[in-house]
This record gives sequence, C-alpha cells and structure tokens, in this order.
Amino acid sequence: MTVSLGLDIGLAILVLSVAVWTIAVREAFASVVGFVVYGLLLALVWVRLWAIDIALTEAAIGSGVTGALLLGAASRTRHAKAEPEALTLIVRLAVAVFCALITAGLAAIVFLLPEPAPTLAPDAAANLSTVGVGNPITAVLLAYRAFDTFLEKVVLLFALIGVWSLAADRNWGGAPALWQSPDRNGPLTFLGQILPPVGVVVAIYMLWTGADHPGGAFQASAMLAAMWMLTMIAGLTHVPRISSTGLRFTLVVGAAAFLLAGLAGFYFAGAFLAYPPGYSKALIIAIEVVMTISVAGTLVLLVAGPPERGERP
Amino acid sequence: MTGATIFGLCGAALVGLGLFGAIVNPQPLRKILAFNLLGGGVFLMFGVIARRGAAAGFFGDPVPQAMVITGIVVAFSATALAVALMLRLFQLSGRIALTPEPSAEAQSRGADG
Repeated sequence: MTVSLGLDIGLAILVLSVAVWTIAVREAFASVVGFVVYGLLLALVWVRLWAIDIALTEAAIGSGVTGALLLGAASRTRHAKAEPEALTLIVRLAVAVFCALITAGLAAIVFLLPEPAPTLAPDAAANLSTVGVGNPITAVLLAYRAFDTFLEKVVLLFALIGVWSLAADRNWGGAPALWQSPDRNGPLTFLGQILPPVGVVVAIYMLWTGADHPGGAFQASAMLAAMWMLTMIAGLTHVPRISSTGLRFTLVVGAAAFLLAGLAGFYFAGAFLAYPPGYSKALIIAIEVVMTISVAGTLVLLVAGPPERGERP
Repeated sequence: MTGATIFGLCGAALVGLGLFGAIVNPQPLRKILAFNLLGGGVFLMFGVIARRGAAAGFFGDPVPQAMVITGIVVAFSATALAVALMLRLFQLSGRIALTPEPSAEAQSRGADG
C-alpha cells in the first residue's frame, strides 16, 4: 500500500513539474512537446485510477491528435515576431494569487467530498445484462447516455464546419495543406507502407473488444486517424478536397446512422435511442463501426485545417 | 490519504496552473495550451470522483468516466477550432497577438483575404 502511495505521489509531482515547464518555457514549440509529455503522463495517472478507457482516450486524442494539431500550428507560426510581455509584474502576481486561491478552493473540495461517495455504478451494473455489453463505459456511452454521444458527434461536425469556414473564398472546396514529406524514398514512406495494415487491425480489435473490455469507438477512431494521416504525410495518398461528395458522406454517415437508429427506436422500442430487446448489442456494434469511420475522418480533417489549395491540376 | 486524494489535489493544482498560463501568457497558442492543461485538471478531478464511486465490482463509477471520454473529444474539437482561428489571424495580419494592431496598414493588407 505504501509503495503504491509513493508511486502515486511521485507520478503527481512528475505531472505537475511537466505542467509548470509547459507554462513557463519560452519557445512555443518546446511548450507543445511538454504538453504531449504531460498528456502521456496523465494517461498513466488514469491507469492508476483504474480508468483504462480514459487512459487510452487521453493518450490517443488528448495527447496524440491534439499534439499533432498543436505541433503543426507551432511550426507554422515559428517565424512570428515575439510579442512583448503584456502584463506588469504586479498584475502577474495578482493573477498568481487569484489562481492559487482557486486551487486552494478546489483542494478543499477534494477533502470535503461526501462520504460514502454517491455512485451510479450499481445501477450501471444492474442493467448491463439488458444492454448485452460487458464494458460498463461502452454501455454508458452508447445506451444509458447515448444522446450525449450522439450530440458529441454533431459537435465534432460543427467544429469542422467552423474550421472550414475560415478558408479564404478562393480556396473554398479545395484541399487542406497538410505537411507532406518531400522525400519519396525516405523512412516515412516505408512506415507509411508498413504500419497502416497493422494499425487498421489494431483499430478493428480495439473497436470489437470495446464491447466487453477497455477500448471502443473513440480509441479505434484515433488509431485509424493516425494511420490515414501517416499515409498522407508520407505522400502515399492525397489530401481529399473538401468539396468531395464521398468525403462529406464519410464525415456525416456516423451521426446520420446514430440519428436513424435513434428514430427507429421510436417505432421498435417506444423511445428515442431505445434499442429493441435482444438486438441492443448488434445495434451498438453497428453504430460504433460507422461512427468510428466518421470520427476518424473528422479528426484527420480537424488536424489538417481549412482548405488552402483552391486550384489543383 | 489515498491515491485518489493525491490525484484530486494534483488536478486542483493543474487547474490553477492552467488558468495562470491562460491569463498571463500573451501568445494565443500558449493560451490554448494552458487552457488544455486546465481541462486536464478538471477531467482529473472528475475522474477522482468517479474512482471514489467504485462499487458493484467496478473500479470506478462508469458514468463520470464515460463523460470524461466525451469531454476529451469535445475539448479536442474546441482546440482545433481555436487553432484554426489563430492560424487565420496569422495569415491575415502576419502576427499572432490579441493586442490591437499598432498601425492601420496591416489591417488594409488583411482585407483581401
């Protein structure tokens, strides 16, 4: 017990040190690298909290995909002039005191949490057999609180529409300018040929095993997204034009399938997003498969940014 | 003191740290980073509440855990939108700062998009 407590304290100190460095370091690029490390350490914290599903999501999306996005942004703005410090020392000190007070308040809440802790775990466990999946988190995401997950898909699409609408008029309908390796015979091309088949199998496994064990649609999406991005930056596949009907269909089909399944619930089970008894696992897996493909595409295009090449030969 | 309490305190410290960075740092990219750091702290505190709700053979309450997963994905979408806004600002004005432009010249240059 004391050994694991020592491990937890050490891990917490490590996370905080990396976080302080991320905030304090001068160069934006180093700060992003610090943030990726912070995300991976946070994934370890999630493992220590016995939340393996969150650890996978944090490592894949919170650290990996967000890291790719921020690294791209940092390298594009590398040559920007450094802006002078906007705040005086006294204001900075006042902000530090204010933030310390907020931390103190939150820390007090941690000690004052009610005992015994309120929990929905028994309810989640009691209805698990009705849903037909063994992983309670998948049951929450796709059955108990499926409406949240559906709206989240819509949020992803809205974010993408927001990003696309920042394109200059002349580039509308074109392809995003994702960084591509100039060396067609380099190691990146080799990795782009070797890794995707393995990655796709791993993604399918994560999706399938997510029904009963840690894993699921989001982790599988992040894996697929990474593989697609790898083939694009290696120059093996083209970045699609955003006017492409196939691409738009791929992006929307996840949310659309979810919505259709939800509406069918009115007819077959009497409520929106209700699954008819006996078919729930099959329906959940079917929605997850379509959703994984859509989310993977959305993640890649959110990282790629607005279209920047309007006219293409 | 349990491991969950330690990570709860760690989450509280991360929130304060992220907030400090988001207010003090003048560069938008660093603000976005600090805001994500803050978000990590909030998720961690929520995760600690989930861990304390361990019951019925689960190691944590699955409802807050699933909400943290949703939260991570939504935080990513918001970050992507913020980064796109920042890069567009950089494209148009050649600078990345939230302070007003010193001269009117760059604004007329930015108008042709």
